[in-house]
Amino acid sequence: MRTKIELKSIRKGFVTNQQTLQVVEDVSLNVADGEFVAIVGPSGCGKSTLMNMIAGFFQPDSGSILIDGVPRTKPNPKGILISQHGSIFPWLTVQQNLMFGLNDHANADKQGVADHYAAMVGLKGFENSYPHELSGGMLKRVELARAFAVKPEILYMDEPFSALDALMNLRMRNELLRILAEERHTVMLITHDVEEAIHLADRIMVLSPRPTKIQATFEVKLPHPRKLTSPEVQQLRVAILSELGVDRNAD
Amino acid sequence: MNQLKRSLPALAVIALLLATWWLAVFATQSVIFPTPWQVVTGTVELIKDGTLWMHIGASLLRVGIGFSLAVLVGVPLGLWLGWVRAAYDTLNPLFQILRPISPIAWIPIAILWFGVGNASPIYLIFISSVFPMIVQTTSGVHTIEKRYLRAAENFGVSRRTLFRRVVIPATLPQIIVGMRVGLGVAWLVVVAAEMIALRSGLGYLIIDSRNAGNRYDLVISGMIIIGLIGLLLDALMRMLEGLKSVRWRYAH
Repeated sequence: MRTKIELKSIRKGFVTNQQTLQVVEDVSLNVADGEFVAIVGPSGCGKSTLMNMIAGFFQPDSGSILIDGVPRTKPNPKGILISQHGSIFPWLTVQQNLMFGLNDHANADKQGVADHYAAMVGLKGFENSYPHELSGGMLKRVELARAFAVKPEILYMDEPFSALDALMNLRMRNELLRILAEERHTVMLITHDVEEAIHLADRIMVLSPRPTKIQATFEVKLPHPRKLTSPEVQQLRVAILSELGVDRNAD
Repeated sequence: MNQLKRSLPALAVIALLLATWWLAVFATQSVIFPTPWQVVTGTVELIKDGTLWMHIGASLLRVGIGFSLAVLVGVPLGLWLGWVRAAYDTLNPLFQILRPISPIAWIPIAILWFGVGNASPIYLIFISSVFPMIVQTTSGVHTIEKRYLRAAENFGVSRRTLFRRVVIPATLPQIIVGMRVGLGVAWLVVVAAEMIALRSGLGYLIIDSRNAGNRYDLVISGMIIIGLIGLLLDALMRMLEGLKSVRWRYAH
C-alpha cells in the first residue's frame, strides 16, 4: 500500500531554564494510506509532542515529516487534529461549527454537508444547539463530525475519548469504527489506554519513556468487530502492558 | 413566587432604612432634612411640571453619546491591542497611566477645551468609559484559549475569517463585561460633570435644588432617581450577557 505519512529520525527538545529537555529521540515510522496506527506510551513521554509535530503545529529539531512524500510545514485541513479537551467553538451552534472548515463550498452547500455529518454522528435535531447545551459525549460527536465534514485524508487523534466515562468511551470507539467503515481515512491515534488501541488499530507502536522512541510494534490482525474479551486480545494486551513495564497482575 | 421570597430580605432592609430615616427626622426636628414623604411629594412636583423628564433625558443623552463613542473607539482598539503584540507594547503603558486618572480630574481641562456646553460632559464620559472597555477587550483577546486558535489554524481559514469567526466571538463576553463597567462609570461621571455647569441633567438638578432654596427633598429625589436609572442601565447590559452566543463564558 502507498505510504501516507513518513517520519524520518524525528528529534525534538524543549529549552527550560537554560537546559534542553530532550522529548522525542529519533522516531521513524511509516503509515500506509488508510491505515489505523495507534501509539501508546507512558504519560509524559512525549506522545502529544510527537502528534503535534506530525499535525504540523511544531517543527522537529531535526529529521523530516513527509505527507504523501511532501515535507509538511504547517497544519492544514488535510489532516485534522482532535485532542483530549476538544476544540468545538462554544459561541457557534452545532451546525455553524460543522460549517466552520468548509471554505470552498457555497453557502447552501455548506448546510447540506453540515447536516449530513450531523446526522451521521447521531446529532440530528441538535443542529441549532449551542455546545454548552450538549453533554460531553455529544460534544465529541460534534468534534468528529466537524473533522469528517472537511473530508480530511488523515485524522490525528490525541487521547480523543479519555475525558469521557468508560461507557461513553466504548460507545464513541464503536461510533468511530462505524464511520471509518463508511469513509476510510488514515488515522493516527495517541492513547494511554491499551484496550482502546487494540480495539481500534491495525498496528500499535509502544513508545519508551522520555526521551521517547519506538520501543516495540504490534500488528493487530483481528477482524472487526473485535471482541475485547477474546483470548487473542487479552494476550496482546498482556504483551503490550509488559512492554510498558506494567506487571500483568497489577492491572 | 420563589423570586419574591428571595428579594424579601432586601426589601426589608430598604424598608428599615426608610423607617429609621423618618424617625430620625422626627426625633431631631430637622427643618432642612426632608422626610421620605416630602421626597415623594417633591418628586411628584418635578414630574408634574415636566422638569424631571427633561433632566433625565439630558443626562441619558449625554451618556448615550459619550458611551457610544467610547464603544466605537474602545472595542476596536482593544481588539487591535490584544491581537497585535507591537500595538500592545506601544500603547498599553500609556493607557495604564491614563486609566487611573479620575474623570473628575479632567473637568478643568474639559471646560477649557470644550466649554460648558454638552461637549464637556460627553468628553468626560468618553474618557472615563473608554479605558475599562479597552482593558477588558484586550484581556479578552489575550485569554482566548489556544485550542480554539489552533483548531481554526487546522481548518485553514483566512485571517479575516479567523478574526470574524473566532477572535471577535471568543472575546465578546469580555467586551460585554467591559461595556457594563464602562456604562456604570459613564453614569457616575455624567452626574458629577453636570454638577459643575450646564442647565440640565440630574447632576444639575441636585446642585440647583440645593442652591435655589435648600430644596433637600429634590436633592434626595435626584439621588434616588440616579440610583434607580443606574440599576436599570446595568440590568439592560446584563441582558446582553444572556445572549446564547456568549453564555458559554458566564454559564454555571
